[in-house]
Amino acid sequence: MSDFEPIILRNIPDFHNIEVYMKNGGYGAFKKALKMTPEAIIEEVKSSGLRGRGGACFPTGMKWSFMPQKTDKPKYLCANGDESEPASFKDREIFEKNPHQFIEGTLIACHAMGIKTAYVYIRGEYYPWIVMLQKAIDDAYSKGLIGKNIMGSGFSTDIFIHRGAGAYICGEETALLNSIEGKRGMPRFKPPFPANFGLWGCPTTINNIETLANIPPIIEKGGEWFSKIGEPKHAGTLLYGLSGHINKPGIYELPSGTLLTDLIYKYGGGVKDNKAIKMIIPGGSSMPPLTADEIEGLRMDNEHLKTVNSYIGTGGIVVMNEDTDIVKVIKRITKFYYHESCGQCTPCREGCGWMLKILDRIDKGMGRNEDIELLRDVANNIEGNTICAFGDAAAWPVKWAIKKFMPDFEKKVKESVNLPVANKVHALRLAVQE
Amino acid sequence: MEIKFTEENLKKLERSKSHYPTNDAALMDALWLAQYQFGWLSADVMKYVGSLLEIPYEHVLGVAEFYTMYNKKPVGKHHLQVCTNVSCMLCGGYDVVDYISNKLDIGLGETTPDGKFTLIEAECLGSCGTAPMMQINDYYEENLTKDKIDAILDKLAKTE
Ligand SMILES: Cc1cc2nc3c(=O)[nH]c(=O)nc-3n(C[C@H](O)[C@H](O)[C@H](O)COP(=O)(O)O)c2cc1C
Ligand code: SF4
Ligand code: FES
Repeated sequence: MSDFEPIILRNIPDFHNIEVYMKNGGYGAFKKALKMTPEAIIEEVKSSGLRGRGGACFPTGMKWSFMPQKTDKPKYLCANGDESEPASFKDREIFEKNPHQFIEGTLIACHAMGIKTAYVYIRGEYYPWIVMLQKAIDDAYSKGLIGKNIMGSGFSTDIFIHRGAGAYICGEETALLNSIEGKRGMPRFKPPFPANFGLWGCPTTINNIETLANIPPIIEKGGEWFSKIGEPKHAGTLLYGLSGHINKPGIYELPSGTLLTDLIYKYGGGVKDNKAIKMIIPGGSSMPPLTADEIEGLRMDNEHLKTVNSYIGTGGIVVMNEDTDIVKVIKRITKFYYHESCGQCTPCREGCGWMLKILDRIDKGMGRNEDIELLRDVANNIEGNTICAFGDAAAWPVKWAIKKFMPDFEKKVKESVNLPVANKVHALRLAVQE
Repeated sequence: MEIKFTEENLKKLERSKSHYPTNDAALMDALWLAQYQFGWLSADVMKYVGSLLEIPYEHVLGVAEFYTMYNKKPVGKHHLQVCTNVSCMLCGGYDVVDYISNKLDIGLGETTPDGKFTLIEAECLGSCGTAPMMQINDYYEENLTKDKIDAILDKLAKTE
């Protein structure tokens, strides 16, 4: 299937099993790291060019260097496994296929930042995967790889799972902190930043699951080796997720910068029923969508996606065929944001509701001529005007779908404006009944 | 019915408390334990959880209401949560909703008269590569077809 040797989703049977993992060199990087100074580990991660895989693509080594080395307070690591962005299902694959590499990366991160407690935040729905990860953690404890004075090194750390309970917003890093503290998952104002004032007011680093799973190979083979994989400005592999109208959906680990056409046709087996493509979401529902014209020659990494006004996000790619009703899709996505807004900021709380209302009436054939402009206005008023990046995430799909698929919106509005009055009354009745 | 955690759940709660520097942080775990033992979170259950952790009821309620997976009202024995978000929608998620709704003769948010099934629409469950799908209580059923849904529901209808 792939001629590329994956570094996370390794092709080794039963790799999730600790014995198999260790027989193949597992926890070797951690042992090596224990003999390195924290500074040397952070330098290695910096030189690797690794960027966060949670969506924002922040350089991981730099993030780690923000943690104060000397402090009287306890320090914390939060591994972000909330994975609730629609079309994202990669971290779950790591819990299932290679949990120990993630645990090992977590241990190395803790050592590098002088952290004694790590929490793995996992969305509540992922119960079966929580059980899998807990088993892996228990096995690592019983081998003396987690806990007190690990392998006589004097370094101690614990890893605990914190189960969420259904709230997309808890993936936002400061909402996640509140959720671990047992509160409602409301994002916090920044600054102060978590590196100085995170969990219980203590220095905290938040990293995505896939980010941490990349750490062991970096320590084992060196940052330079890693920096040569894929697109230089976004080094390493990505766990691309393919879903929607595609023959072979699933997670594909490939070098960053893989051609979108290769992902769809070579790995994904092409579009279902051989249809043409209408729209692509490149990295989770929040990311500005692409038109069919933008696909050819497009490399899938953050730098290249910026050239078509989008981002890699979580790497969750949704393929939509020529028959797709764009307004319906954007309406469904907006319904999600409306449902998930935490409600703290007026532009986000009210704006999502408005956008949904307008999209709903356009979709139901009751749109007015001025609705598209109004929709764009509302989206623009949300973007950049909120406490957390959720506002942008909600606004982008709407704003960019209008920009890139205007004829689809116009067609629906035109049809409805021309509808005979009797039909309109009928449609209105139906809408009210719903 | 007296509201009291089983010995096992009390032990689990102690373990959970030991993971955090504050009692508050164990609240989410405590609510999960309560939901498993009592089926849903009534005001009395929430008051009990609050008393165990010395957290005011209002705070417990606020947290329970924030998170959608905590059931604030009773649900059927089998909680059918069908994903209709983008990837599932493209693969027939709404057809799954309609099919189950017709088969069980209940609408969204409703429970069958025998208390066995509740049907709801869910947001993306991180299973987009195996769409359409649904979550039933703690487990996922993926790549759904009509035949598969029939088999699943028939089997569940027979379990006590
Ligand atoms: C609304 C929202 C939801 C998010 N959800 C997730 C998530 O589920 N998982 C994740 O790792 N990051 C998520 N993020 C990004 C985190 O805030 C944070 O940037 C990330 O976990 C940092 O890890 P990284 O540097 O390793 O990527 C989300 C951000 C926002 C604004
Ligand atoms: S942007 Fe939305 S989700 Fe984020 S804090 Fe404001 S209201 Fe909450
Ligand atoms: S869209 Fe249904 S599981 Fe992701």
